[in-house]
Order: sequence, then structure tokens, then C-alpha cells
Amino acid sequence: MSVQETIGFPEVKSEITAPKMDQQLAQASAAETVESIIEVDHVDFYYGDKRALTSISLDIAQKKATALIGPSGCGKTTLLRCLNRMNDLILNTRVSGQIRFEGKNIYDPSTDVILLRRRVGMIFQKWNPFPKSIYENVIYGLRIVGVNNRSYLDEVVEKSLRRAALWDEVKDSLHKSAADLSGGQQQRLCIARALAVEPEVLLMDEPCSALDPISTAKIEELIHELKDTFTIVIVTHNMQQAARVSDYTAFFYLGELIEFGETGKLFTAPEKRQTEDYITGRFG
Amino acid sequence: MPNSIEHTDKRYEEQLKKLREEILYMGGLVEDQIQKAVKSLVDRDSELASVIIERDHEVNRLDVEIDDLCIKLLALHQPAGRDLRFITTGLKITTDLERIGDMAVNICERALELNQEPQLKPYIDIPRMARIAQRMIRESLDAFVREDTELALKVCKDDDEVDQLNAQIFRETLTFMLENAQTISRATKISSVSKYLERIADHATNIAEMVIFMVKGKSIRHMKDLPPSV
Repeated sequence: MSVQETIGFPEVKSEITAPKMDQQLAQASAAETVESIIEVDHVDFYYGDKRALTSISLDIAQKKATALIGPSGCGKTTLLRCLNRMNDLILNTRVSGQIRFEGKNIYDPSTDVILLRRRVGMIFQKWNPFPKSIYENVIYGLRIVGVNNRSYLDEVVEKSLRRAALWDEVKDSLHKSAADLSGGQQQRLCIARALAVEPEVLLMDEPCSALDPISTAKIEELIHELKDTFTIVIVTHNMQQAARVSDYTAFFYLGELIEFGETGKLFTAPEKRQTEDYITGRFG
Repeated sequence: MPNSIEHTDKRYEEQLKKLREEILYMGGLVEDQIQKAVKSLVDRDSELASVIIERDHEVNRLDVEIDDLCIKLLALHQPAGRDLRFITTGLKITTDLERIGDMAVNICERALELNQEPQLKPYIDIPRMARIAQRMIRESLDAFVREDTELALKVCKDDDEVDQLNAQIFRETLTFMLENAQTISRATKISSVSKYLERIADHATNIAEMVIFMVKGKSIRHMKDLPPSV
């Protein structure tokens, strides 16, 4: 009779041995490997003669939030605007290298840029609702492609506003002017408008830099929820925000990608000295 | 942090400097506490033992003060990267130093008790252990200041020597007890002092491990074997 039996406990035979656990952990981390939706491959970008991005290569993981950080003029917004060819609208610019969205180079002449921008939507630093009602703002993207089915549009408005965490605040005033909303609400309205056309990727260019802390917290909470459905790329000057909302962070300096990796790692133990100096506030 | 560009916020930089200085001051104090605690035992100096017990308040005060400073730095500056690792290491180091201070008090308490009875045997291995343990604390804090991971790794390795001495003292005191039951009370107290010193060395090892984390951002804690280098 074993000791365990004498004192009334069944003998425990340990099934999990240490090497087995290691194996399980290894499998778990392998299962976490995420697929990339956008691959940036040796991208250079020029404003006239001035090179703003130098040979940038990084993969944007699907249904994750990727933050782009770095001091002013480091190229983070330029890269963001390359991802849905927003920079095409600026004269005298040039891009080389490839950006593949779902495997296809978006700079290929055959790309339908309008369609690309529907699938890769954008939210700007300063909210920009149209001088129309809340309802009309949300469905604007669908209206211009000719969707007029009222019940379908109603459905889209509710779904988009719910996803943007704005529905409860505006459901009784859908036909009032968007201009009557607060700044934070207007920004969430812009997010709802972007979501209405069912994009796959949302690009956010400092979406909270002009908002108060509570509205900022709401947008950050929203980003966490949106990640279940969408891929998010966010440019932010607020490093704590990048640390809070993103899964991956890329640090840029003078047009170069200095370090790219998991957010938790990058903010606690970055590999590069420049990253360390920047995140600890010692950039000379 | 040493060898780096100054932070834009000078007051923040000053507070980090203050944190480092306070940890070093606390480390120096704790090292002295052990040295004097063991001296009170070896020299059978009960007065000194009482002074050391009293002085533990200063160690405790520093523990609270450093914790406060760390928490303020975390709350007000939301540090990242090496600052974050430095401050969290500071928080953990003071806990270890405070525990070492308590061990010094325990040594003094045993010394006071042992001084009531005739000396069982001359103390040879206990002062040796104490010297190694003190050196480990000093070197772990030197490693902390100089961000010297090799020195920190050496501290971790030195722990084995203290463990061996502890085992040796245990065997020796056990022999005394087996031979003569009259010695049991004194022998167990000597054995306890040896255990305290062994624990002190463990705390110094913890500090050294934290220094490696602080500098390299990777943990070597709870590893079966120490890595040859870091």
C-alpha cells in the first residue's frame, strides 16, 4: 500500500512529463503563426528628389493590429498612405518595390485603385464627416456605387454604427446632422463610414491625437474589438497607445525600418539601441 | 542609465539616479549588517548583536522608500524598455535586500542565545560562508551598477560554494548532536545560522539574475543549469 492510499488519497500517476509539456508549448506557439495580408517588399518612396522611405520590408499580419511608430518625419505616415495608394494623389511622388495585398502587387497597372481603397479603408487624424446626416454619412460609400435598397441600407447603418460603438448614442438621431456630434463621436462615425463598405484592412492615421482621454479610450477599446474582423494598421505618436492597442510594432527612423516585432517584446526589451532610446524618451 | 543619452525630462533622469543611489546605499547597509551580525556571533558580542537588530529599522525604511519611488516612477512616467526593466528590477532587488536584512537579524538573535551558553566550537566555516555571501551581495550590486552580466553570472555560480559549506556545517553539527545530546540546543542554532547564510546567498543570486534580465532583457531564472555565458 502506498503512502497516498494509506492517507486516503488516490495515487497520482503523472501523465505529463516535462519534455511533453515543452512539445505542447512548441505546438501552441506554432499554431499562433499568423498569416500576413499585406507584404511590403523593399519599398522606396520619393517626394520629388527626396527619399522618404528606404527599402522597407515588413509583413502586416491578418486580423491583428500593427502600430507604426517613430519621430516626426520618419516615414510612418508615408508608408501607411502607400498601403492603399493614397500617395498617388500627391504630385511628383514615386514608389518602387512591391506592396502585395492578398498576394497581388497593388502597384501593378491592372489594379483598380477605387476597389483597393474600399478594401483597404482609411481613418484620418482629423475626423472628416460630410455635411450630411449621420445616416447618410454611414452609407455614403454604398450610395456612390448605386446601392439604394432601403432595408439593406438600414441594416448596414445599424451594423456599422454598432461595430463602431456609436449605435447606442445616435440610434434616435440618425437623421440629424453629423456636425452636431462631439469630436470623439464624429471620429467613430468616420470609422462606421469606413466599415460600411466592408473593408478587410483599416489604416488609421493618428486617429486619437485630437481627442480627449475618454474618447481615446473608446477608440482604443473599439480597435480591440475590430481586430476580430479586420486587420488594423495604426500610426501613432503616442507610444503608450501603440503599446496598448497593437500586437506588432514597427519603429521607423529617417525613412528606415529600424525594428519590427511583437509589441510586448519591443516595449520591454527591444533589440536595437535606437529603438531603446526612442521608447525611453532619450532620442538625441 | 549609465552610458546613454540623457532623457529630455531632467527631473525623471534625476529620479532614476536617486533610485540607483538608494538601492546601492541599502545594499551597502545590508552588507554591513551581515558582517557585523557574524562578528557579534564569532566575538560573542551581545551588545553589537542588539545594535544590529535595532538597525534593521533603517533597512525596512529604505525598502518602503524605494518601493514608493519605483511606484511613482511607473505611474507618472509609464517607462518602457530599459527604464522599465531598471525600475522593476529595483522593486525586486529591494525585496531581496530587505529579506537579507531580516536574515542578519535572525543571525543576531541566534548569537544572543548562543552567547548565553559556553561556546560549542570555534567558528571557522561560518565566517567563511559569511565572507562569500557578503562578496556575492557586493558583486551582485556592482554588476547592477556597471550592468556587468558576466559578473552577475559569476555570483550565480558562487552560490554552489555556499550550498556546499552549508551541507558541511549541517553534517558537522549533526555529529555533535549524535555524540552528545547536551549540544543539541547550540548545534541546531549554529545549523540555523548556516541556513540563514545560505539563504542570504540565494537572495544575492536572485539579485544577480535580475541584473541579467535588466541588462539583456532575458531571464535565466529557474533554469536547471546556468548558461556558460549571457
